[in-house]
Amino acid sequence: MSTELAPDDAVGEINKYDFRTESTAIFKARKGLDASIVHQISDMKNEPQWMRDFRLKSLETFYAKPMPKWGGSIDVNFQDIYYYLKPTNKQGRTWDEVPQEIKDTFDKLGIPEAEKKFLAGVKAQFESEVVYGSLKEELVQQGVIFTDTDTAIREHTDLVREYFGKIIPPDDNKFAALNSAVWSGGSFIYVPKGVKIDFPLQAYFRINAENMGQFERTLIIVDEGASVHYVEGCTAPMYSSESLHSAVVEIVCKRGSRCRYTTIQNWANNIYNLVTKRAMAYADATMEWVDGNLGSKLTMKYPAVYLMEPGARGEILSIAFASAGQHQDTGGKLVHAAPNTTGQIISKSISKNGGRSSYRGLVKVEKGAHKSKCNVVCDALILDPKSQSDTYPYIEILDQDVSVGHEASVSRIGEEQLFYLMSRGLTEHEASTMIVNGFIEPLVKELPMEYAVEMNRLIQLQMEGSVG
Amino acid sequence: MNHVLRIENLHVSVHGKPILRGVDLEIKFGETHALMGPNGSGKSTLGLAIAGHPNYEITEGAIYLDGVDLTEMEADARARAGIFMAFQRPIAIPGVKMADFLRHATTNVRRPDRKEGEDLIAMRDFRKELKSKMEQLKMDPEFARRYVNDGFSGGEMKRAEILTMAMLSPKFSILDETDSGLDADAVRLASASIAEIGRDKMGLLIITHHDKLLEHNPPQFTHAMLGGRIVETGGPELARELHDHGYDRIRKAYPDADAANQEMLAKEEAALA
Repeated sequence: MSTELAPDDAVGEINKYDFRTESTAIFKARKGLDASIVHQISDMKNEPQWMRDFRLKSLETFYAKPMPKWGGSIDVNFQDIYYYLKPTNKQGRTWDEVPQEIKDTFDKLGIPEAEKKFLAGVKAQFESEVVYGSLKEELVQQGVIFTDTDTAIREHTDLVREYFGKIIPPDDNKFAALNSAVWSGGSFIYVPKGVKIDFPLQAYFRINAENMGQFERTLIIVDEGASVHYVEGCTAPMYSSESLHSAVVEIVCKRGSRCRYTTIQNWANNIYNLVTKRAMAYADATMEWVDGNLGSKLTMKYPAVYLMEPGARGEILSIAFASAGQHQDTGGKLVHAAPNTTGQIISKSISKNGGRSSYRGLVKVEKGAHKSKCNVVCDALILDPKSQSDTYPYIEILDQDVSVGHEASVSRIGEEQLFYLMSRGLTEHEASTMIVNGFIEPLVKELPMEYAVEMNRLIQLQMEGSVG
Repeated sequence: MNHVLRIENLHVSVHGKPILRGVDLEIKFGETHALMGPNGSGKSTLGLAIAGHPNYEITEGAIYLDGVDLTEMEADARARAGIFMAFQRPIAIPGVKMADFLRHATTNVRRPDRKEGEDLIAMRDFRKELKSKMEQLKMDPEFARRYVNDGFSGGEMKRAEILTMAMLSPKFSILDETDSGLDADAVRLASASIAEIGRDKMGLLIITHHDKLLEHNPPQFTHAMLGGRIVETGGPELARELHDHGYDRIRKAYPDADAANQEMLAKEEAALA
């Protein structure tokens, strides 16, 4: 890690995300949620009957499910949200085919530039639809599929239908049900047997309009012995009213495969970010979630790995940064459902300026999952007396012959650490930024270089004004 | 170079408890001063007050560097003005590599007007310099990649402090019991390193109980501290005397200071209990 600080135009940097594009949607469903809106979305997408039925049934489930009684406080008026907004009629295969004002948006976010430099494929979603998609030709030749989920429903029906809604059924929780009813966009990835993709595939999710809800749906299938690294970034401009991002991500890691899913979420501070992410890992497969949560008003997100067969491995690395008016309720979930499975959750949270971060994690070892090993480490750093951190570790062990470890620590930036660094010529702000960067270093060093730089830069922005 | 660090009638309280009760001291660039005294006499307090620890409140008197009053300055401004203290117990900063920390610190101290976010010293130049300083101090290059004081042995911590001193090349260095917790060989190495880095290149204030650290750094001046004051100043012979015979003569000669010292020590012990 470099502790070098970013250029001194922090305000300009924050505005990098906080801008609105004057973009005319070609179709905007009216505000609010009911069966007719769900029909309208299904009509617009010209979906098969099974998907329409799936949506309508999910809507009923959504109505029937209570709001979660734990986590953060969710104050969303579901009738005051736009559930579907179609920004353009066709998806670009080159950026020139994307409407100018939307292309400008992604230019400002640096996506085309990153694509040229180090990505194997890109999806860019604006409001409800994916507006741009690319995949390197050699991967197409190898049979890799990287498309938006709507297209996948049409073009890879059998493959989608086998897994869609199976890893996270609509009745899993209220927000999974909501997503299942009104989902639009998201990525579908299939990596054929033995294909290893060296460079990351990236999706970028941008909310632009006020009161816009974004409900993308991602499904990743990594076939036997294959590997993929998928990265998602998320931002939105700041509006005066709250909005909602509620995604569902389902992943299947078949025998001996490997999947890493990296998120760098930097939503505006009035977005409720309520996401369900779950992977099934089969024999000797490895699933890794790297989950960075910096923005949003409330994030509730606990990426899960179900270790289904012997030798499966699950790793969850979570970084949360809660600043003024923010609650990051994050963590992870590991279910050992077979013998000789291994899991690890490492969570690092930072609370500053009145922010609250909560670690919430579940480790469950099913009966018969003997010789399984699991380790949980959660460290919290609190930067000032106004801020808060709490820990909710749940452990359920139904087998005797297992090894489960849990360590937790909470620390405050020590006066002595600050003085030590300041006595070496660092300002108080440089010193506390350096301490925070050091705190998350064990996670940041797991990221590819480009994302490590991005993560350090975002932390630097979050640290602005943290002193005094 | 004729820099001067001048301490005038310094009174310092910690959490409202007076510790220093009028310290006067003048150190010129290139001089070596030894500061000795029993536990609780205020030696470390003097060091921390000069370095600008926020809990060490200066209630009276002042600290001047080349006539500039440092008393109201924050620790970072003092470091940039040319003050350095080698900590008795250096603080760990997990996750921050020595090299990154030193590059940042060195840049700030060399360019006192640097604004946050401005460029650091070029990586190439910095690495070259760090490497040569580490060779000079016979340190393993791997050291630069370790996290600041994290899991360091006592000896490693002290050598890291001396390396930092070498990189920052301050005008004045206070070495707070750099020999504590080290075995005889490690003390000898530290003593030689301090001489190599510091002698004639800065003013040194060496706080110590022992004479080993002074082996390569014979002091021109020795100050005996008791009850928050410097009660006697002499030459190298005073350091030898205090080391060989302890503080009994001093305690008897300055009964008021001794009483104050006992009282401070009792309070310190009560606070720890």
